Amino acid sequence: MKEHLRNAGKEWSRNRTLFLMILPAVLIVLIFSYLPMSGLILAFKDYRYNMGIFGSPWNGLQNFKFLFASGTGWLITKNTILYNLVNLITSQGLAILIAIVLSEIKIIPFKKATQSMIFFPYFISWVIVGTFVYNIFNYETGLLNSLLTQFGVDAVNVYAMPGVWPLIICIFNAWKWCGYNSVVYIAAITGVDTECHEAAKIDGANIFQRIQHITLPAIRPTIITMLLLNVGRILRGDFEMFYQIVGNNGQLYNATDVIDTYVFRSLTTSGNMGMTAAATLYQSVLCFVIIMVVNTIVRKVDSDNALF
Amino acid sequence: MIASKKNAVVSNRIRDDSSTKVFNAVGYTLVGLVALVCLLPFIFMISGSFSDERMIRLNGYSILPRGFTLEAYSTVFKFPQKILRAYGVSIGITIVGTIIGLFVLTMAAYVISRQDFKYRNKFSFFFYFTTLFNGGMVSTYIFYIQYLHLKDNLLALILPGMLSVFNLLIMRSFVAGIPVALIESAKLDGAGEFTTFIRIILPLCKSGLATIGLFMALHYWNDWYNAMLYINSEAKYPLQYMLYDMLNQAQALARIAAQSGVQVDNLPTNTIKLAMAVVVTGPIILLYPFVQKYFVKGITVGAVKG
Repeated sequence: MKEHLRNAGKEWSRNRTLFLMILPAVLIVLIFSYLPMSGLILAFKDYRYNMGIFGSPWNGLQNFKFLFASGTGWLITKNTILYNLVNLITSQGLAILIAIVLSEIKIIPFKKATQSMIFFPYFISWVIVGTFVYNIFNYETGLLNSLLTQFGVDAVNVYAMPGVWPLIICIFNAWKWCGYNSVVYIAAITGVDTECHEAAKIDGANIFQRIQHITLPAIRPTIITMLLLNVGRILRGDFEMFYQIVGNNGQLYNATDVIDTYVFRSLTTSGNMGMTAAATLYQSVLCFVIIMVVNTIVRKVDSDNALF
Repeated sequence: MIASKKNAVVSNRIRDDSSTKVFNAVGYTLVGLVALVCLLPFIFMISGSFSDERMIRLNGYSILPRGFTLEAYSTVFKFPQKILRAYGVSIGITIVGTIIGLFVLTMAAYVISRQDFKYRNKFSFFFYFTTLFNGGMVSTYIFYIQYLHLKDNLLALILPGMLSVFNLLIMRSFVAGIPVALIESAKLDGAGEFTTFIRIILPLCKSGLATIGLFMALHYWNDWYNAMLYINSEAKYPLQYMLYDMLNQAQALARIAAQSGVQVDNLPTNTIKLAMAVVVTGPIILLYPFVQKYFVKGITVGAVKG
């Protein structure tokens, strides 16, 4: 310990300016990310606004009991995991497909134009995406219903049909992210030596064989990294997306409520704060455990691809 | 013998060509379709904002404006103070947050990229850990409000998002690309650490600064979430949240009107909402052709470094 301190002291006098230069960033992260973690103890407390986080009385595991006894805990956990899995597969799958096709396209203007168009939704806020969703699906003037009535089909009230929302959310998620993700994969694909492809062509490999044996192995590490990053977030719903697409439509909550939207609603409608805090603690801890476990497994099997 | 070999080569080439043709036909169609789907909502949005409200009610949206009119825009800008103020808030947050954040972030990135700095890995982990574990929405919200007193404070829109770890790691790889010899020779010439950073490092990672600066600016510009949580007074609404607030109220009123059968007058019409959306998105659409390459570069650097 003493040795440790002496070393730190030596480093401080040697590199004082470097310490001072990193200080603002450290302070910002400390104040805005680390200190709020202390609020997680609310999960074990009966929160009273006037007593604050630290003054409120303890109540053991009551909050967790309520959360799961009411059935809410299971429902939002199930929804969050299912949405994340489906969104992960569809958006990454589409992005990989698009990246492979784009990197094989020889007509440069077509490639540039389509890539720019596919990348664009990444730059738009979810508020705007929310207006798109509303303008497509609202009953009176929505695009969908005006198309349906033009073809002589009865108009439908999509906002009263919970079953179709998982599909809608999945489509808009893929729509927003596939450009961004395909840029990631294109970066990995362009790292491949073109001579590889030339040699394979001379040996008589067709385009599908080249993709299977050259391109896919080249992006395998990227796919693993992306999977790892997303598995680490499997219990985190994309709040901005769900909130803007679904909004305050109570009819859709059973089908679309994820942990984050549930937490936000309780927070703003002054619901049971302790139960809500229990939900976020449970989410944070489980996410942390999952990422640690998965990363350890990956490091054992294939150490080059581990995150850390 | 020779003939059959020749035949094999020819058939091989034909097979190659046909598989390439299949791939191209499917591939071009797929990419073309996806690109179209990505673009169409924006075309409908822009064309709708220039359309006549009655025509939209009768016939729905279309790719070209129906009954071209500037009515929606003239309504939106009839009382421009509100929009201009929200623009001001958004621009202010974006500029202040990006400039200060970029400086703080680049200094930190430089320090953790220095091989001779003993604690660089410890500091890197200090930052990285926040991506693995965080306090979650409730404790963060209560902490910001009760202990940092950020309610209705514009700092709540600037400070929390200032230091993205993702940006920090990308910046570190930009800075790490600068030859160590340059830093050492600056030291030999008698420059202190900070002078070296300002005079040598900053000018040498201009493309990194542009890339990360743009990521940060986009984040600030599109942020509505922090405004929803922390901002109460309308005068402090940034643009995105102002739009959201307007749409939300209009939808709530429309729902009440539909349920009660009571006619509600002066609801914002569809065309006005779309015009607002265009006004909010306009700067991004205009800048997109010029900034796209920086984002591609940033993502590429991030992807390669993992």
